[in-house]
Amino acid sequence: MKSAVIVFPGSNCDRDIQVALRDITGVEPTMVWHGDSDFEKVDLIALPGGFSYGDYLRSGAMAPTSPVMKEVVKRAKDGVATLGICNGFQVLTEAGLLPGALMRNAGLKFICKDVKLRVDNSTSIFTNQYEQGEVINIPVAHHDGNYFCDEDTLETLECNSRIAFRYCDETGDASHEANINGSLNNIAGILNSKGNVLGLMPHPERLIDPVQGGTDGRKMFESILGALTNA
Amino acid sequence: MKARIHITLKEGVLDPQGKAIQLALGDLGFGGVDDVRQGKYIEVDLAETDASKAKDALDDMCKKLLSNTVIENYTIDLDE
Repeated sequence: MKSAVIVFPGSNCDRDIQVALRDITGVEPTMVWHGDSDFEKVDLIALPGGFSYGDYLRSGAMAPTSPVMKEVVKRAKDGVATLGICNGFQVLTEAGLLPGALMRNAGLKFICKDVKLRVDNSTSIFTNQYEQGEVINIPVAHHDGNYFCDEDTLETLECNSRIAFRYCDETGDASHEANINGSLNNIAGILNSKGNVLGLMPHPERLIDPVQGGTDGRKMFESILGALTNA
Repeated sequence: MKARIHITLKEGVLDPQGKAIQLALGDLGFGGVDDVRQGKYIEVDLAETDASKAKDALDDMCKKLLSNTVIENYTIDLDE
């Protein structure tokens, strides 16, 4: 399985996801600079976390104007698996590949800690190695992770099982108290209608090796590897 | 031709920064501040001299980059 990691000025989790993809897929990912308008054919495109273009204007707002994103949008619309983590999720919404927007955290603070997530869709190419309803431990590190969309969009997401992950407590309850950033319906990650694009605020690539304190993020990359290798 | 663009959060969209400013104003002794909403102000200088064409271009700029229409409204004032 071949993958590409898109690197913007200000990306800072590109190396983390590079290591995760190299370790789990066994193939060195291609690192693609934002100014490149084309790159080799890959099975997975990853948009990393960080602060692309310094978060100028809005988090993720400038990235869609870069040459590489025009190609990413085209390929994602053609069905290529595309994963956006943290700032990558913000970029996906700003590029129109996922609905809604990520606003300033309701508590106004930058949140950097491990949180519990409930897997609410365990059939996608990104999540098939998790159990439905499984509670996992994944780190978050963001200032703008407060997911918002209009009521119709929220209903569409809910009715079509497009909410992949929700913030929850240790028992899996997506309670108000467990909602770290004010996201609608505790949304931590969503899929597009075709299921080939996933955006999430938490960082699974930061928990793939016991030395990092856990391996709950590993199954996401194993899911992708299984789904795209057998495709 | 100069344009002044105001970008504000839509009604119903929570504005935690505005809320924090409101509370801070209260702490400073400014009573009776019922609500604060924070937004952005952007000035754009255009080479275009036709006001109608300029407005169309600015409208497009706001939709494509300057605002996020999922959560924000914008108004355009043109100095003609």
